[in-house]
Amino acid sequence: MKIDNSLPLEYSTDQNQLNILGFWIFLGAEIMLFGTLFASYFTLVDRTGAGPAGAEIFEITPVLIETLLLLTSSFTIGLAVHAMRLANKKATMAFIGITLLLGLAFLGVEIYEFVHYVHIGAGLQTSAFTAILLTTLGTHGAHVTFGLFWGTFILLQIKKRGLTPETGNKSFIFSLYWHFLDVVWIFIFSFVYLKGMM
Amino acid sequence: MEFFERFAVPHPSPAIYASMVAIGLTVIAIIAGLTYFKKWGYLWREWLTTVDHKRIAIMYLISALLMLFRGGADAILMRAQLAVPDNKMLDAQHYNEIFTTHGVVMIMFMAMPFVFAFMNYLIPLQIGARDVAFPRLNAISFWLFFAGAMLFNISFVVGGSPDAGWTSYFPLAGNDFSTSVGTNYYMIALQISGLGTLMTGINMITTIFKMRAPGMTLMKMPMFTWSSLIANVIIVFAFPVLTVALAMGTMDRLFGTNFFTTSNGGMDMLWANLFWVWGHPEVYILILPAFGLYSEIIATFSGRNLYGYKSMVASMVLISLLSFLVWTHHFFTMGQGALTNSIFSITTMAIAVPTGVKIFNWLFTLWKGKIRFTVPMLYSLGFIPLFTVGGVTGVMLAMSAADYQYHNTMFLVAHFHNTIIPGVVFAMLAGFTYYWPKMFGFMLNEKIGKWTFWMLTVGFVLAFFPMYISGLDGQARRMYTYSEAAGFSMLNMLSFVGAAVMAFGFVLIVYNIYYSVRYSPRNIGANPWNARSLEWATHTPVPEYNFAITPNVASSEALRDVKNGHDLFPGKYEKIHMPNNSGLPFIMGVIFFVWGFSFVFAMWIPLIIATIGIFACMGYRSAEKDHGRYISVKEIEDTETKLRGA
Amino acid sequence: MKLKWALLAVFFTITTVLTGCEPLLVLDPKGPQAERQANDIMLSIGIMSFIVIAVLAILTYMLIKYRASKQSEDYEPPHIEGNPIVEAICVGIPVIIVIFLSIVSVKSNYIVEATPQGYEDQEPLVIYASSSNWKWHFSYPEEDIETVNYLYIPTDRPLEFKLYSYGPITSFWIPQLGGQKYAMADMVTTLHLAAEVPGEYMGRNANFSGEGFAENAFNVKAVPPAEFDEWVEEVKETASPLTEEKFNELLEPGHLGQSTYTGTHLEFSPAPEHNHGSSEQDEHSTDEHHESGHSEHDDEHSQH
Repeated sequence: MKIDNSLPLEYSTDQNQLNILGFWIFLGAEIMLFGTLFASYFTLVDRTGAGPAGAEIFEITPVLIETLLLLTSSFTIGLAVHAMRLANKKATMAFIGITLLLGLAFLGVEIYEFVHYVHIGAGLQTSAFTAILLTTLGTHGAHVTFGLFWGTFILLQIKKRGLTPETGNKSFIFSLYWHFLDVVWIFIFSFVYLKGMM
Repeated sequence: MEFFERFAVPHPSPAIYASMVAIGLTVIAIIAGLTYFKKWGYLWREWLTTVDHKRIAIMYLISALLMLFRGGADAILMRAQLAVPDNKMLDAQHYNEIFTTHGVVMIMFMAMPFVFAFMNYLIPLQIGARDVAFPRLNAISFWLFFAGAMLFNISFVVGGSPDAGWTSYFPLAGNDFSTSVGTNYYMIALQISGLGTLMTGINMITTIFKMRAPGMTLMKMPMFTWSSLIANVIIVFAFPVLTVALAMGTMDRLFGTNFFTTSNGGMDMLWANLFWVWGHPEVYILILPAFGLYSEIIATFSGRNLYGYKSMVASMVLISLLSFLVWTHHFFTMGQGALTNSIFSITTMAIAVPTGVKIFNWLFTLWKGKIRFTVPMLYSLGFIPLFTVGGVTGVMLAMSAADYQYHNTMFLVAHFHNTIIPGVVFAMLAGFTYYWPKMFGFMLNEKIGKWTFWMLTVGFVLAFFPMYISGLDGQARRMYTYSEAAGFSMLNMLSFVGAAVMAFGFVLIVYNIYYSVRYSPRNIGANPWNARSLEWATHTPVPEYNFAITPNVASSEALRDVKNGHDLFPGKYEKIHMPNNSGLPFIMGVIFFVWGFSFVFAMWIPLIIATIGIFACMGYRSAEKDHGRYISVKEIEDTETKLRGA
Repeated sequence: MKLKWALLAVFFTITTVLTGCEPLLVLDPKGPQAERQANDIMLSIGIMSFIVIAVLAILTYMLIKYRASKQSEDYEPPHIEGNPIVEAICVGIPVIIVIFLSIVSVKSNYIVEATPQGYEDQEPLVIYASSSNWKWHFSYPEEDIETVNYLYIPTDRPLEFKLYSYGPITSFWIPQLGGQKYAMADMVTTLHLAAEVPGEYMGRNANFSGEGFAENAFNVKAVPPAEFDEWVEEVKETASPLTEEKFNELLEPGHLGQSTYTGTHLEFSPAPEHNHGSSEQDEHSTDEHHESGHSEHDDEHSQH
């Protein structure tokens, strides 16, 4: 395993470079995944059947809290990568930890939101609209959940093994993933919630 | 007892019971054989845990051949049922299940693994790499594909096969009209194997972009690698659409959602759209690598370079873009109006232009060549006119007003078989014969191969050309029977005869393998066909590390450069880094199978356990420290001497 | 090679003999729409045959001229890169063909999606054709009658079929009068046809819809207008009324013979029309909708 020290830690081996390119391509596929969900959402948004429309169920407060939490976490994961490049293990771990806590808080609010929807009669089976709404949000939420586990694993590995080309690579890729989820959320926020509330 | 009732086949017939017995006996025979010959260890060490792209390729190849016979058996049953009017051999339900599984098996579990077999085998060899970018992910891809394929195939004996057509249009595929678990199998099995396909796509793109040997610029890659690159880009963009569609379909069937139902706002047309947004690019995922294989073979046996390399690449890029802009042509008759139909009619016809360029390039590759009529070349030469017929009927179907008459008829069935069989199946058989010596170290018998080719070609023409006519005479597809008065008895009989001839052709392939294993001479050298691209520059059979020294590439025709004095392998041996074998991919495949099976039957507790198992595997992998191993210079020298001496 | 040609020749002789006896349904049009489609088909077959023959000719030439057995041992084929002029021709000819066919295709699209040419000034006969597993229900709102599994139509009058389904997607197809169109549960599609020759035609569902699909066909009888009016009168006198109960019975999955009723099911089970139906709903037919299915708008609107 040749290590090229002229490059940032996450790019420093051949395998690391492959991993990063591979992950970018994976994100391309994820864009298609969410793109398809959005396209389906716009197709079904008016097909509310006997159930409520978006404007009737959306509430701005939890959505704003979620947005705030996720945007902040995107910032902190950026700081984590910065710290990783400066080879500051403690700061890297701290920022990843904060990111995960913010993600957890986001997830908590989202679960509250889902329970609320079901409670007011906008469950998965209510209509095509509620189904695609909950599926789109749920897919994003599932990604965040997966990210929490993944991030925790990386955190443990950094703690145990320090900042090696491997752990550096993993935390960088994790940051790409987390930023991506943030971008998706911005689309959800704008085109699902804001458009739906207008 | 009630618990077990769900696993029973809803419409059992003697044929299904017989198959159950046959499957049971085969499994027992395999287990007994492995035990008797003490091959369990060999199987586990050399195959189930392998991450070597060449071995994975061979496993794909074997799976594809098995599935070819499964799908072929379905085909012959269908043609037999329709051979005479008012036939009572199969009832409607069985016929519906058979054409559904025929379509799914042939596309997803025969053609796809066949293509992946060649991608896996050839891409690293053609670009001078040691393996793919993510060898272990590659193994996971294979085992996911295999888990999906097995899951889909057991539907036949456990719970019932899907019966809503390979397109699985809702609401027909919904709970109201498709009551058995068959469509659950369809949704879940395709989801699992689709996941594997997506990972292959990512893997191959990364490999091609990052792992080419020094000197090999993109425009110096052999044509098959180019075609694979484009096909894999299509995979990455098309398969997520299928993922979403299947997830929605699964939720409709198992969680009572209303995506595609007829109530509470559900929209059946959304399924058709999503399915074909994936489905149309999918056929190009299959045909582009086939084009790549033909390009290699036609150039080799013309003794020339490929004519119009740049326009070949450009046309494939154009085809890949257009493939995402034509999906509506699969349902011109859905009532979207003249304007929409006109747009999609034009985009569809536009695909004929780059495809035409490719046909002409192959023809001009023959020009001033020195044409040898070997078996792979015969398939390629048969492909050109037959595929042209398939292509031009495609243009006819693209004329949307006329399509109102072709749609859903045997004309359409004739068209797509006319593109897929000479296009994809012939390419796979050509590639199979062409690369067989590279894979196994001996040639397949040419004489039997030529017989096979002629049987398949004649059988194909007999089987499918009459369908053009019966389609224009009003025979709708997917009808399990027709009356004598309809007047297409003769044509259908002809189709059956053709299908039977083809079946003999396929059996001959098996015989050819058997015959060649026994009688073919072994010492054939590294380049028995006198080809020119890089994969023929290494030994036959290929050593684990592919190339002892990383090649230094000057053009897409490496061996021609060698002839002209180019030093393809400069420098001396250095130790080579290789990935370790791993049992994890196989275990994940097994868990995914359990996961899928539990999902199909809505058994939530095993499903949750399997899900945890999958994540546990991923967690284990994440924490695992595995830096691979090195092959020492001594070992390389020994291997090289042995292979050179052979 | 010879074997191949001999077999192909045999094959084409067989098919010519087979098909020579009677014309293929699609190529034997009895109405303007089907005729337009048949003409398009014949035109494209002509052009496409030319392409296939050209490719075959070039291929045969290459194979005969450049096969290894005809060349000297030491002939070394030259290295030839692409030639821009040759490739421009290879692009140019297909482009011209595609442009020509596109023009034909677009024109035909607008023709088959509108009232048949030459019938624009006539009031079309509106027929609601709905499918259920595995039957067809034909409602004549104007005449206030309904038939099952058979269709009576006047010749020389434009026909406007309003298609929808009580179940899976089906496709309404009468090959000799014109191409098919889908019938779906959540919207109404419109198919414009006309018959010019009296006679009996085959009609069927062309889109796979489950177990009873093969038998999901209906009989079409085209008669002169006067005779059609007589038939309507006769039905009104002899047929029993279609009640909601009876209609629900008819909807049960299975096969039924032909039957006739007075009144239509549109009154109690209206078509899903307000759902963004086909974009070309003609103005004259919109009046019909309002009369025939008034109550539909209230309860079904909410489903959308």
